[in-house]
Amino acid sequence: MSSQGADLPRWIDLIVLPLVNLALALLVCGIVVAVVGYDPWQALTLLVQGAFGSRMGLSYTLYYATTFVFTGLAVAVAFHAGLFNIGGEGQAMMGGLGTALAALALGEHLPRWAMLPLMIGAAMLFGMCWAAVPAALQAWRGSHVVITTIMFNFIASALLAYLLVDVLKEPGNMMVESRAFAASARMPGVQEALAVVGIEWPASPLNLSVLLAVAAAVAVYLLLWRSQPGYAIRAVGHAPEAAHYGGMRPRVQIMVSMALSGALAGLVGINEIAGVHGRLLLEYVVGAGFAGIAVSLIGRNHPVGIVLAALLFGALYQGGSELAFEIPGFSRDMVFTLQGLIVLFSGALAQVAAPTLARLWRMTRRAPRAAAAEGAVDG
Amino acid sequence: MDEVALGTLLASTLRVATPLILCALAGALAERSGVIDLGLEGKMLSCAFAAGSVAALSGSMTLALAASLVVGVALSLLQGFGCVTHRGDQVVMGMAITMTAAGLTVVLGIAWFQQGGQTPTLPDTVRLAPWFTGAGEALRALPWLGTVLGLGLFGHNAMVYLAIALVPAVWWLLFRTRFGLRLRATGENPAMVDAAGVSITALRYRALMLNGALCSLAGSYLVLAQNPSFIPHMTAGRGYMALAAMIFGKWHPVGAFFACLLFGFLDAVSIRLQGVSLPLVGAVPVQAIQALPYLMTVVLLAGFVGNARAPKALGIPYVKER
Repeated sequence: MSSQGADLPRWIDLIVLPLVNLALALLVCGIVVAVVGYDPWQALTLLVQGAFGSRMGLSYTLYYATTFVFTGLAVAVAFHAGLFNIGGEGQAMMGGLGTALAALALGEHLPRWAMLPLMIGAAMLFGMCWAAVPAALQAWRGSHVVITTIMFNFIASALLAYLLVDVLKEPGNMMVESRAFAASARMPGVQEALAVVGIEWPASPLNLSVLLAVAAAVAVYLLLWRSQPGYAIRAVGHAPEAAHYGGMRPRVQIMVSMALSGALAGLVGINEIAGVHGRLLLEYVVGAGFAGIAVSLIGRNHPVGIVLAALLFGALYQGGSELAFEIPGFSRDMVFTLQGLIVLFSGALAQVAAPTLARLWRMTRRAPRAAAAEGAVDG
Repeated sequence: MDEVALGTLLASTLRVATPLILCALAGALAERSGVIDLGLEGKMLSCAFAAGSVAALSGSMTLALAASLVVGVALSLLQGFGCVTHRGDQVVMGMAITMTAAGLTVVLGIAWFQQGGQTPTLPDTVRLAPWFTGAGEALRALPWLGTVLGLGLFGHNAMVYLAIALVPAVWWLLFRTRFGLRLRATGENPAMVDAAGVSITALRYRALMLNGALCSLAGSYLVLAQNPSFIPHMTAGRGYMALAAMIFGKWHPVGAFFACLLFGFLDAVSIRLQGVSLPLVGAVPVQAIQALPYLMTVVLLAGFVGNARAPKALGIPYVKER
């Protein structure tokens, strides 16, 4: 997905290159903003203000970022096993379904301390199962996981629509949504939690799932880089044959990594369904699975990078909504465009930017040395 | 079901299948040359937008088709630049095109037409007119079969017949010409084609440009025939369904054609089956029929029914030995 193969020092590869790709995407986006008749600089200022300028804006930014951390990590974990999981969208839908089923079945009977772990478990399990089928087909039947996960996205959305319309829909409600969950099946909002310790915070969709996202990022780091199973996943991803020869079973690693990936994507359901809506509805994923691809690409498939990239995307989504509110005629689709451009520059055209950067780097290295050599001759 | 219902069902099957056929043929060309194309959806959407906005601004069908062709081929060239020239990841490239197209068409649509991303309703001068209405009427004089065929096969617009005619054309190109042989060899064993002194890069670029042209036809069909205007996200997953059909047809134009007809039929029938109780199975939820194409493709890919084999070098950028 992003193996550049160009010879670059680590700091350029990990920090400068993603920033250059981001700058290129922003540049093209700025041109589009100018073409449709707005001032790109003003748009950017408003966007940053909207995302970070107030406690409310910041809360929204963090709320969006939470979802992107989950989907970004999902893409990254599969990527380290050499798999491209495009099914984050469907797995997130299933995660929401799992959350909702647990909440609707037991919400009235169990207290919150029991419900929260139960719902998190259900979300992860449902996402995991939805990813496990394409994984098994890849491992044992050789069906391309990219294609099967795309197909599973469509199957998931059909399944969700069926369940909502025909089974879970509240009778008498015009909207296609389930009944509201009991209070014990709601993920507490950050304002609630902060009120307990005496800090006043405006009400927003930001909920305690944000802590879950941080925990997930740490867990993924520890798993992939500090544990034996993670080593096996990365070994299979980098050199399947060598890993097989070394006693690892590629099929098992495919299953493990895809199951983890699905479980992470499923957690989107906790943030959106248990944290914000409090009921199951149709379109709560809306492209978060695909945004995860962009997040993972710009975050270089590393949890630290992914958290930073998720914050960036959270800011873009929140700032974008604010922009659409401030400037009539400006739509948040500009952010989706930017997201696509980021995938283009940091993923698809990665082979173009990195070698160019490597050439520039070599030139700057050579220039002072040549000057020094000349100086020596002169002296 | 009476003959009129059967005839209209056949007609709507063909109408729904047309963009799928065009897109699936586009996919077959790219994938036979070894380039995975997940950008079908994005290219079709961009082409539809180009056709719709130029038609709305100029009122000329020729200009609309030309604009759509330019956009389709340009996107294919971008795809080639990233994945063939620079050997980038083909799956990521397809996703990038699709994601960018989904956002950009809405942004430009809102800026240019101020109707929430839609184009104004297109004038009749740019709409594709029905063909063979006379033949259809004449056939209806015959009993039963005449009505079914008369209603089902005639009176469609030119693009429907063009799509059907392009199926044997693409088959002939792929399986009966020197270009086609080389193209297929590029998808199976590029090193061999390279050793024979034929440029892999040129072949893949040509396949992609043909692919872009076919996507532009599919996109133009959506705005010039199926809908009265461009609507944001109007492709609604058709590109992916065409990809599924192409795989279901085992990367073969004729197979893909029948898969598109089948998927089109399922789509046409799903609306009619709403709330109808079938013998043996009872009422079938619409969503089950809508999910069936994807489910069937997964089952086929899993190798439980038949054997779908992708071109061997699919998705692998070619590195010329130095």
